[in-house]
Amino acid sequence: MAEQKGWKDIPIGGTIVEAGSAREYKTGDWRVLRPVYDRSKCIDCMMCWFYCPDLAIIQEDAVMKGIDYYYCKGCGICASVCPKSAIEMKPETDFAEEG
Amino acid sequence: MMEKVAQMIAVTGAQAVAHAMRQIEPDVVAAYPITPQTPIVEYFAKFVADGVVKTEMIPVESEHSAMSAVVGAAAAGARAMTATSANGLALMHEIVYIAASTRLPVVMPVVNRALSGPINIHCDHSDTMAERDSGWIQFYVEDAQEAYDLTILSVRLAEHEHVRLPVMVNQDGFIISHGVEPVSFLPDDVVKKFVGELKPIYPLLDTEHPVTYGPLDLYDYYFEHKRQQIEAMKNVEKVFPEVAQEFFKISGRKYSFVEPYKLDDAEHVMVALGSTNGTVKYTVDKMREEGCKVGLLKIWMFRPFPKDEIQRYLTGRKSVVVLDRSASFGAEAPLYEAVKSSLYESASRPLLSSFIYGLGGRGIAIEDVEEAFEKSISGELVTDYEYYLGLRE
Ligand code: SF4
Ligand code: SF4
Repeated sequence: MAEQKGWKDIPIGGTIVEAGSAREYKTGDWRVLRPVYDRSKCIDCMMCWFYCPDLAIIQEDAVMKGIDYYYCKGCGICASVCPKSAIEMKPETDFAEEG
Repeated sequence: MMEKVAQMIAVTGAQAVAHAMRQIEPDVVAAYPITPQTPIVEYFAKFVADGVVKTEMIPVESEHSAMSAVVGAAAAGARAMTATSANGLALMHEIVYIAASTRLPVVMPVVNRALSGPINIHCDHSDTMAERDSGWIQFYVEDAQEAYDLTILSVRLAEHEHVRLPVMVNQDGFIISHGVEPVSFLPDDVVKKFVGELKPIYPLLDTEHPVTYGPLDLYDYYFEHKRQQIEAMKNVEKVFPEVAQEFFKISGRKYSFVEPYKLDDAEHVMVALGSTNGTVKYTVDKMREEGCKVGLLKIWMFRPFPKDEIQRYLTGRKSVVVLDRSASFGAEAPLYEAVKSSLYESASRPLLSSFIYGLGGRGIAIEDVEEAFEKSISGELVTDYEYYLGLRE
């Protein structure tokens, strides 16, 4: 999260004066469950990519490349639609050490 | 020097405001008719239909939509206006707050009418008092002339770079809106020059610089945006006298936060909003002829509330009677509460009492005003008591 500014330093009216600022908004820290991806089971069907509501599935040339945890909110849709059970939802507390 | 002579015409308060709007010629007017605001919209719609103004008139299906359309237009960078009354204002309520917090400089004449229920179409101030914390600047006018003048003046106040807040110009329903009085109109070109061009901040139609209006604003920034609104209201204290001075130059008419009337040596003072000030002035004159040292403090601006002026004019008086044309159920009436709290730090506080009158359009007679003053003069007045003028027991 970018450093928060004081009331004198922000545009009035809650207006956002630059385009695409949502990119900077880290929604990953809302996550309670983390999708963990197993490359060995994956068939690159792209179902997870189609369904992810947060564009958090990384793909290159239709090859699944993993999950962008900066944006992933942990909704579990990818795990639920994956035909090969290549994504498993695990509690964030399991990763508490990693931060 | 004025280039053209002002014209004196007999009109209603509603007509006076419609003419102010004609001269301002906003880019957009979105409105829905409601008694007693209807004639404002009616006259203005005729100016649009007759091609007198180039304003885009949006006839909407409700006041909620009227204010929404005005918010959209103002965000797009247009000068936008609407007008309403009572339940119409209540229906707008949600968007009234949004207009202020989005910092859109909309000017809205409001014709005061009692809020339902039971249903009533006549004047009291319950409608606009319900919006007193919405973040709008609020004026209450005494007559049609003031309604005309303050509608024009408010454009400059609302759009000032240090303010950028919407303004309600409140006139008493029927009493002002439908009563015919002589009003001195400024020449069209003088008004046009005075209001000038709107300088939009972050206009949505500036597609080179895309912006987002009304995004989600949580615990991380909402508070900061509220603090900005508080500051803008504080800035009104500085900006309003400057704009009023410029308006004086074109009109010869002086406006301020309050109007003191025969206050110099007054021992007993009445404080009021709106058209009732005319009745009080008449009564003050009458009672002064009888040797009573009475006076009036008329409140023009209710939001931001002119605390300094209240202290300046009311400190040291023997008694102060505050007239309210609305009640706050379970608490003190709005004007009384504001006056009372302004005087808390005052070195010499007057004896202070509250008089509620005129709800639902109940008339206020000279005898009613005399009755309140006489209570003060005779020493009968009970401090911090709520009286009701013109109510049957
Ligand atoms: S858990 Fe939800 S947000 Fe995260 S990658 Fe899967 S579908 Fe996207
Ligand atoms: S849905 Fe499952 S199998 Fe298909 S690309 Fe995503 S992870 Fe791989």
